[in-house]
Parts: sequence; structure tokens; C-alpha cells
Amino acid sequence: MDQRVFMKGNEAICVGAIAAGCRFYYGYPITPQNDIPEYMSAHLRAMGGTFLQAESEIATINFILGTSASGKRVMTSSSGPGISLMQEGLSYMAGSELPAVIVNISRSGPGLGGIAPSQGDYFQAVKCGGHGGYRMPVLAPHSVQEMYSLAMLAFDLADKYRNPAMILGDAIVGQMKEPFLQTTYVSTVSPEKPWALTGCEGRPRQHVKSLYLKDNAIEVHNWKLHAKYRRMQEEEVRYEDYHLDDAKIAVVAFGTAARVSKTAIQWARREGIKTGMLRPITLFPFPSSHLDEVARRVDIVLVIEMNTGQMLEDVKASTTCHDKIRFLGKPCAMPTPEEIHRELRKLSGRGE
Amino acid sequence: MEKKVFGRPKSLVDVKSHFCPGCHHGIAHRILAETIDHFGLREKTVGVACVGCAVFLYDYIDVDVAEAPHGRAPAVATGVKRAQPDKFVFTYQGDGDLAAIGTSEVIHAANRGENITVLFVNNTTYGMTGGQMAPTTMLGQKTSTSPYGRDFRKDGYPIKMAELLATLEGTAYSARVATSTPGQIRKAKEAVKKAFEMQMKEMGFSIVEFLSTCPTNWGMKPLDAQKRVLGEMSEYFPLGVYKERKQADFL
Ligand SMILES: Cc1ncc(C[n+]2csc(CCOP(=O)(O)OP(=O)(O)O)c2C)c(N)n1
Ligand code: SF4
Repeated sequence: MDQRVFMKGNEAICVGAIAAGCRFYYGYPITPQNDIPEYMSAHLRAMGGTFLQAESEIATINFILGTSASGKRVMTSSSGPGISLMQEGLSYMAGSELPAVIVNISRSGPGLGGIAPSQGDYFQAVKCGGHGGYRMPVLAPHSVQEMYSLAMLAFDLADKYRNPAMILGDAIVGQMKEPFLQTTYVSTVSPEKPWALTGCEGRPRQHVKSLYLKDNAIEVHNWKLHAKYRRMQEEEVRYEDYHLDDAKIAVVAFGTAARVSKTAIQWARREGIKTGMLRPITLFPFPSSHLDEVARRVDIVLVIEMNTGQMLEDVKASTTCHDKIRFLGKPCAMPTPEEIHRELRKLSGRGE
Repeated sequence: MEKKVFGRPKSLVDVKSHFCPGCHHGIAHRILAETIDHFGLREKTVGVACVGCAVFLYDYIDVDVAEAPHGRAPAVATGVKRAQPDKFVFTYQGDGDLAAIGTSEVIHAANRGENITVLFVNNTTYGMTGGQMAPTTMLGQKTSTSPYGRDFRKDGYPIKMAELLATLEGTAYSARVATSTPGQIRKAKEAVKKAFEMQMKEMGFSIVEFLSTCPTNWGMKPLDAQKRVLGEMSEYFPLGVYKERKQADFL
């Protein structure tokens, strides 16, 4: 039965993961996502699952690799610097075609940076942070409700494509508390994993690997992976249209930046400024063709991000209407509704 | 009546090996396969291959195998074992893999008392990448990145992993063996059996370090390589059992 609960975004991810059948969590502490390992440590072992705190993020992602190769649903969470350490393992998992859910409640960087909320890990998430060239579905929740529902979706996408999937959040969606509807998880994928390494009883031995040295096997493998990423682009694009029908200004924003933009858009609409928003929910695959269609229709496309313009590059790559594109960004903080509202007024010709 | 006294272990695949002549990786492979057969574990084993000359483990040992990034095999094995505690899980790693890039992973797996078995092949060099200096490279040994010989003032000392890992509470068994004489091979096999038993009895982490050869990168004939193992190598890296737990903590 669906029920309404009130909790933090970081905890909602855990509830969604557990609902989706995740019984294995490995991680290493880093602010601002510690609620996730804390929640999992308190709940998983009690329900017969496994929580293990690793010695590093490098170990974490390799615990994940081993558990995923065993055919189990498994999750980790971290923040920028920790996600960087996981890139080696993520590349191996993509190469070995292993599913898992990776949560990045990102902080501001580069380097040790700060713990302020930021969307500075967009490049790393959607362009493949590790070596060799690979992609993964990247989901960007903007509410506690979505922290819950996208966690469940992430597990299905990971299994569907035999590929890591990422949830990209930030300190604000992670820390904010709001009510959400805890819906029942309904799986969209087969639970069978015939490729899993379970001991070769009754079948020939099998391998999980990413090394292909003979002939042109690595080329064949890469084309196969590429076809999978293309299929994601065809089948998995998700976005929200918010008051876009009659809009003259289309905001493009994801996650927390989109959440704040909604408030500013409501204020602007009350003043008769026709503005709306295209909110990508999947950052990879990016809703490119929809964005192009919207860009053709409106006068101005305002990209708002908590960075200095990373998704902006994908927006520009999606449309030829470059003269309509404007940008409002803050690398290490949330833009306030007032700031966005002021920008909308300015762009609509109403001045400051 | 004819009686077969020697044959290919069931778990060793009948293919041509890629190892260089005189390399001991093949002997270690055979001991591994024989022990898997001895305990009847072929159908409930998951191996973890590393990076280096040993990565092709999956071509030779007839069990399920996952491939780990360089040095991370003990972490991958941890993930496998935690997900499938009823399986027999081993890693097979070289010295570059285990004693350099993967020191953190092996120390923490051992310290957690992770119920896995590590076969560690120490040939004092990075074989696959062309004979560079490893953490186990002997003092004075010339390699492609210690062309004047390893100097402890600049390069530090050869690291003794069997001894180091034996100091950790979670380690149930730690031994160093060699495979340069029939007698040593017999002892090596006993050690591997013990290491397997530790895992089967859930006693904790077990490791067997093999002193091995790399004639190709040492620039030696196979027989001279054997002599080096029997001489200077086993002098600095003494053979023996460094830890053998009698009882698991929880018993
Ligand atoms: C992250 C990373 N760094 C470096 C390498 C290159 N590399 C491949 S094998 C190897 C050394 C292997 O040496 P060892 O573990 O002693 O095994 P051997 O080849 O001697 O059996 C290195 C450094 C790599 N594959 N990955
Ligand atoms: S390079 Fe060295 S370790 Fe590798 S197969 Fe040849 S002899 Fe063995």
C-alpha cells in the first residue's frame, strides 16, 4: 500500500533502494551524503542484508564490482572526491557490463573544494569520468519524492543495460525534508542474471572481464557498448515540462537549480511573464531533440546551473538556436529564487 | 593392470600456456587446480584474476572468474564473498599487483578477516610490463627502472608481504613457499591446502606467497633463475609458515 512519509532526501534514496531489492551497500564517509551509509548500516544488516564500510572509495567500487558480478543488486554513495576515486572501477564495470547504482550527492570542487551544494560534477557524470569512453544513465532528482522513485528506477536501468547507473544530487536535495508518497516498487526488468558468477555448477565456466586482446575483439566489444548507449538515448530520455506551453522564456535546469527555478517561474507568471521550464530528469541520455523543439518555439532559453556552465554545452549541442541561449550560474551555491526572478524580469524586458 | 599415477587436474584447462619457458606461474596454476580438485570445489568456486602476466587465469582454471582492476582483487573478492558466503573465493596476484598498487586492498581484506584465499606470486619484478622495479625487487637487482640496481637509500627495501600480513589479527594463515624443487612443490601444495581449509572453516584471511621466477625479465636462463630463487631470494624472503590460526575468533 502506498503511504505518505516525511523524511530527508538522502534517506528516501535508501528507502527506494531497499524497496527495489538492494540488500548490499558499501561506502566510505564523505560530507554531504553520510545519512546514506548511516541509514543503510542501521537497516540492512537487520534485514539480512550486507552493509560494509570500506577502507576507501577505491575498495568500495571494487566490493561493488564483486557483488554485482555475483548477480546481486548493490549500491554505493559518495560525493565528488570519492566519486573521482571510483572512476577506475566504474570504467571496469562499464567494460565488464556490470550493473550497480552509484549515488553522487555532489559538493563543490575541484579538489577538496567545499561542502557547499554544487552541480560541478555534471561533466564527470555524463561524459564518463573514467578511462576508455563509456556512458551510464544519470538521473537528477529535484525532490525527495524523486530521490525515492529515481532510486528504484536506477536499479532497473542498471539491470536492463548491465551498466552502472548514477543518481546525481547535491546537498540540498539530500538534506531537505519533505513528505513523499512511498509507492510500491514494480520491477520492469527480469530478475534473471544468467551471466552472474555463481560457481559453474551444471554449466561451463564463465567470466566477467573487460580485457580483450585477441584480433579485433576490443573493437567489436566497443561497438557493442556503443549500441547500448545509443539504445539508452532512444529509450530512456526523461524530462519534465513545466508551464512550457505558452512560454516565451524557457528555463533549462536540473536538480536543485530546477527546484528553485520553479518558485521564480511562479513569481514571474503572476506578473504575466510567460516563462516555463524544461527540466531534464535524465542528464544522460540528454533530452536533446525535445530541447531543440522548445528552443525553436521560444524567444529565450535560460540555462541555470550550480556550476559555471557544464550542461550548457549539451544545450548548445542540442540546438542551432544559439543566439537565444543565456546562462545564469553559481559554482558553489544555490541561486536564490530572487536572483532567478530578477533575471527573468530582465530578459522579459521589465528591467531590474 | 595399468594404474594411472599422474594426469592433468580436472580443473586445469587443456590449452597451450602463454607463460615464458621457465616461468613458475604455470606451476602455481597447477597447484591451484589440483587443490580445487582435491576439495571438490570446481563448481562452487569464484576466482578473481588481477592485472599482469596472471590475468589470463581464466583461460587455464576451469572455474568462474572475475577480472579485477590492478591491485583491487582482494576488494573484488570481498564483494563476491559477501554476496555468496557459500562459495570458495580466491585471488591470484603478482607482486606489482599485491605489494604496490594493491597494498591497501590486501591489508584491509586481511585485517577484516575476510574469508578469502590469496595466492601471491612474487617474482621480484613487474613481468607483463617489461621488468620494471617492484616493491619486492631485491637490493642491487637491476631492472628496467633500476638500471644501476635497487638502492635502499633511494628506492627503499624489498617488502616482505607474508611476514607483514601475518601480523594482522584477521589473518588466519600466511606462508611463503617456493616451487623450484620437487620437495618445495610438495610443501607449496600443503600450504595451499591449508590456506583453502582456513577459508572452508571460516577462520579468516589466508595467503600463500610463492617465490617465483621471471627468466625473461631477469635476463636469465631458466636454470639460473631457479638458482636465484633457491639462493639470494629465499635468503631474503625466508620460506615458512608465518601464521597458522588454530581457532576462529567466534568459536
Ligand atoms: C592502474 C594500472 N596501472 C598500471 C598498469 C600496467 N600494468 C600491467 S601489469 C603490471 C605489473 C604486473 O606485475 P606483477 O603484478 O608483478 O605481475 P607479473 O606480470 O610479474 O606476473 C602493470 C604495472 C595497469 N594495468 N593498471
Ligand atoms: S614475463 Fe616473466 S612472469 Fe610473465 S610469463 Fe614471462 S617469465 Fe612469467
